[in-house]
Amino acid sequence: MSATVTTVSKAGTAAGDARTEDSGGLREAVRRRRKLLTGGGVLAALLVLGAVLLGGGGWPAGLTADISGPLDAANDWVVDNRDTHPLFLYFLLHLSNTATDAVDAVYQGLDALGWLGVTVAAVLVAWRAAGLGRRGLRAAVTALGAFAVCGVLGMWDATLLTIALMVVSVAVAALLGALIGLAAGLSDRVDRALRPVLDTMQVMPAFAYLLPFVLVFGTGTPAALFCTVIYAAPPMARLTALGLRGADPAALEASASLGASGLQRLWTARLPLARKQMLLGLNQTIMMALSMVVIAALVGAGGLGEEVYSALSTTDVGKAFTAGLPIVLIAVWLDRTTAAAGNGAGVPAPAGSWLHGGRAWALVAAAVAAAAAVRTATWPEAWTYDISTPVNKAQEWITANLTFTEVWAREFTLWVLNPLRDVLVWLPWWSVLLLVAAVAWLVGNWVSAVTATAAMAAIGVLGVWAKSLDTLSQVLAALVLTLVLGFLAGVLCARAGRLERWVRPLLDAMQTMPQFVYLIPVVALFGATRTSAIVAAVVYALPAVVRITTQGLREVDPAAVEASRSLGASTRQQLFGVQLPLARPALQLAVNQGVVLVLAVVVVGGLVGGGALGYDVIKGLSRGEMGLGMTAGIAIVCLGLVLDRVTQRTSRTPR
Amino acid sequence: MRTVRTFRTAVAVAGALGVLSLTACGAAETGKSNEAGGDKTVKLTVPSWVGAQANVAVAKHILEKELGYKVKTQQMGEVLAWDALSKGDIDGILEDWGHPKEEKQYVETKKTVVKGGDLGVTGHIGWYVPKYFADKHPDVTDWKNLNKYAEEFRTAESGDKGELLEGSPDYVTNDDAIIANLKLNLKTNYAGSEAAQITAIKKYAKEKKPFLTYWWTPQWLNAQVDMVEIKLPEYKEGCDADPKKVACAYPHTPLQKFFNADFAKEGGEAAEFLKNFKWTTEQQNEVALMIAGEKMSPEAAAEKWVKENEATWKAWLPKK
Repeated sequence: MSATVTTVSKAGTAAGDARTEDSGGLREAVRRRRKLLTGGGVLAALLVLGAVLLGGGGWPAGLTADISGPLDAANDWVVDNRDTHPLFLYFLLHLSNTATDAVDAVYQGLDALGWLGVTVAAVLVAWRAAGLGRRGLRAAVTALGAFAVCGVLGMWDATLLTIALMVVSVAVAALLGALIGLAAGLSDRVDRALRPVLDTMQVMPAFAYLLPFVLVFGTGTPAALFCTVIYAAPPMARLTALGLRGADPAALEASASLGASGLQRLWTARLPLARKQMLLGLNQTIMMALSMVVIAALVGAGGLGEEVYSALSTTDVGKAFTAGLPIVLIAVWLDRTTAAAGNGAGVPAPAGSWLHGGRAWALVAAAVAAAAAVRTATWPEAWTYDISTPVNKAQEWITANLTFTEVWAREFTLWVLNPLRDVLVWLPWWSVLLLVAAVAWLVGNWVSAVTATAAMAAIGVLGVWAKSLDTLSQVLAALVLTLVLGFLAGVLCARAGRLERWVRPLLDAMQTMPQFVYLIPVVALFGATRTSAIVAAVVYALPAVVRITTQGLREVDPAAVEASRSLGASTRQQLFGVQLPLARPALQLAVNQGVVLVLAVVVVGGLVGGGALGYDVIKGLSRGEMGLGMTAGIAIVCLGLVLDRVTQRTSRTPR
Repeated sequence: MRTVRTFRTAVAVAGALGVLSLTACGAAETGKSNEAGGDKTVKLTVPSWVGAQANVAVAKHILEKELGYKVKTQQMGEVLAWDALSKGDIDGILEDWGHPKEEKQYVETKKTVVKGGDLGVTGHIGWYVPKYFADKHPDVTDWKNLNKYAEEFRTAESGDKGELLEGSPDYVTNDDAIIANLKLNLKTNYAGSEAAQITAIKKYAKEKKPFLTYWWTPQWLNAQVDMVEIKLPEYKEGCDADPKKVACAYPHTPLQKFFNADFAKEGGEAAEFLKNFKWTTEQQNEVALMIAGEKMSPEAAAEKWVKENEATWKAWLPKK
């Protein structure tokens, strides 16, 4: 698995599933065609029936249930009882205080190390964790560069506070994820029960559950911490379970035959064999936690996120960029370090070196202690450099000279977005349900069809049918754009290796740079419109699609490509006739990931004129209107489930 | 085999629950600060708009330099700030534009928040068009003529109606009701954040295009983009009581300060100083413009203002 800054935690599982399915071959294709025919027939019949019986129009008002009343009541109850009710006094407040203390302790610790101590610690830990030698050296240089730039940008204190929050939340998320993963890896029943929960957590935008946490824990570190943990734990759980399940049966059998007890087998065989997957899980968890930094600042977590957020109020792009860059750098540092550690797992240390095992760690500890003893405080003021003015100048130049963007935005809205939305809203509600059911059934199985239809119906029941379809139209438009651009870039990257290496830092930055940083330039280019929201979504979702496509094309059996070439196929023919069809599972995965990621930024789109559900979530959050915010949040989750089910191919047929 | 596994899972789950319940052995402190990295300090909320940041920056500067306090500031939404104020996570809100629901809940019912008096600045929300457009079409400033110009404000987002640009969901707005009740051929477009709205306005202004926007004073951008207010039907006490039937302008609001009840009582010099804190719209704008227009840091802007206006802030200091 390549070291990529990516939130694609399903990559491992889904790609694996898809690949095994491919061997089904001809029979599979025939089955699919038959399914398509029956499906089409039934659909046509139902459409006629529906038109006769139910008529057209949006979701009937009689079938809605307003849940905002009870939600608002719950809101008031919590506010009134927060300081007195035993549930809070004896449980939740303990959690909250512990969280604050833990983050505070880590921050004080880092602060006491001084800038020299922190930098030395980061560099040496990266070096040791990445496995010494050349690989370790590269990770160490990355760490050094990352921290030096954070200091030079004048963001040292904010960076430390963010790292403190990251350390605690990643530790908790990894522990929680590993425990859940352990349970799911060892027990089939737990696995079956957890799978839908993890699926839902993955499509749930963090904004949706920010509100209840703020309500219970108030603004500040605890709410931010717990939201981050929830958001970041699923990949760890998923990959731990996957690693435990995928262990070589021969190795387990051998360990059993040597008389190891269950617990011994877990410790000595299963966990070590799953180590690589678990480290990948940790890597994903860290990346997801980092992507929450700015969102956490919305509820008062402080650190780099707050810097980005406060730069927005004066529309100071340069300042936002100055605060956003350290986030990207921390992400790159942690990603390279954990990924190198994951790749190096099981590789023996260079022979003859005295630096291995505990001795290297002891050296790291000694060096950090020595650096901390120098007692440097915060990063020296004299060594900082302000980049915000040149960035602002560049931003102004770009927006002044790219005038065609506005025309594009206008035409795009008039000819693509508006018609799409109008058609979706015009479609009779029952036909939308049927369509969802049919597509989900064709792509997956009847379980996914039922889930998707139920989720779509839930949206109607919540009474946000029209708004959800507005959001859906934006998501679809963004998805098509993302896929077209992503597939093109992916094909290019797969063909030219040098290009990929060149593009990689750009993709990293696109994925980890908080969207808030580029909100203002996007609005300056495209206005406060839905197009802006779509552009923000495309920028965020593109890297994952490019990466999966590139990797999928790369993994196509070289023999097949060679064979086609020897038969005289042109480059074009090779691509369309061999590579793309063989990479189909990867492309499907790219579609699925694209959907999930685009949907994740719908809420952010609400900040730049996207309106609809995203705006409602922000409004609910910032005005404390629990009913409005939660209803929209749940609708986004439902929309996510629908889109996930209609794009995710499952090979698990129900037995 | 199967039972062993189930048993083991059960043990694991029980263990995890045990750890959780261990933490719950006693009642927790309720008043504890939720803020990492702080000790005994004054905690103020920094709202998202610049005028309010100016209040906080100046108050912070004087509290730290003259009275020897440490000031922690925290950025959050307005309603969240009310909630935090009630819990004691923050000690004061220096600029509030009117939150009747929260005021009732926290000041009157729970009594965890107390009024802190006028800030001295008067806020006003309204509908605005750019001056260059109003100069060309002077009659646009009467709401009765808005339908005539609706076509000019049309955008791709608003379809065949004129666009009324809206800002952050945080801010009070009755515009959808006003449009419906005055039968205007307009449609609201929610920019979603103040930053997006300002960027959009700047963009229009640069191209000298007509636009109609929900806007307010005091606002630092008013010094850069000249805007004229549309005269809506006059505001009368209670005309905005029913949110669905509003058909009048927004009131002129004397902006208010609010403090945590305990802080107001036991906050010592800091509380007394903040109660005395009162300045004019012009003074606030001066600092706000330094922050937003000249891109000075709030600290530097506050320092500059404090240096030049000693007479004003000396009066805020607690009498010894």
